[in-house]
Amino acid sequence: MIRVTRKVEFSAAHFYHNPNFSAEENHRIFGKCNNPHGHGHNYSVEVTVAGEPDPSTGMVLNLKELKEILDREICERMDHRHLNYEVPELAGQIPTCENLAATIWRLLDPKITHGRLDRVRVYESPEIFADCTMESNGDAPGSAPSAGSKGVRA
Amino acid sequence: MSGPLKISLTRRYRFSASHRLHSRLFSEEQNWELYGKCANPLGHGHNYVVEVTVAGPVEPATGMVANLGDLDPFVEREVIEAFDHKYLNEEIAEFGDVVPTTENLCREIYRRLKPFPAARLERVRIEETSNNSFEFAE
Repeated sequence: MIRVTRKVEFSAAHFYHNPNFSAEENHRIFGKCNNPHGHGHNYSVEVTVAGEPDPSTGMVLNLKELKEILDREICERMDHRHLNYEVPELAGQIPTCENLAATIWRLLDPKITHGRLDRVRVYESPEIFADCTMESNGDAPGSAPSAGSKGVRA
Repeated sequence: MSGPLKISLTRRYRFSASHRLHSRLFSEEQNWELYGKCANPLGHGHNYVVEVTVAGPVEPATGMVANLGDLDPFVEREVIEAFDHKYLNEEIAEFGDVVPTTENLCREIYRRLKPFPAARLERVRIEETSNNSFEFAE
């Protein structure tokens, strides 16, 4: 099996705020990310597709087509936007890089018709990134991003 | 066609330390043969980069696998304070009889971070230099 990875970059604003928390809780849990004026990042997204190369083309998928999918599904939606207000797919979610990775996975998965989506990695900065992959059978259950809330961790 | 998705969060940390690769099991000649200039008796150092990956459910209320406000001070306390600007061979008790290769450093840092209470430790990856990296996962 071969893995092919393509990177795209976009810049966007966001902030973290849960309306069910008090102002004090929002500040304690989210720190300076709670600034209501928002702040921004240069995001970098690595999209990995896995599969066997087509013998006639030597490609798992055509990177030109993948680039067009990534531009359309990620950059046109998110580049120079405010993630809290302008990306409907993130509505009701705190726009963390964990939620961005899962959201981008759901946007891309139906569009990848050659090979299969293997990993979405979202860098919020060069030092912080989230990975979204498909749960394998050997992994512990219950780690789906939609798992029920059990309250906020201390 | 999406099945259950798995989310992990990775944070990169840095520390600088010295070490020497030398085993008491080998003669001096064998150590030089095996470890080359890394066996220099006075040691040498690296700017280590430690990538810590935690995984688990994304808490809907916070959107997070783990709050970096919890992970950062835990890693700082358990790893960075212990290792930064130290001589690994002499100042880290676990390397008394264990050669502080970056393979062994991965295992030791994983052991120290495993008790992180807010999410499951999935992987520790260390860049010894920009050309060498090592990772450990269970």
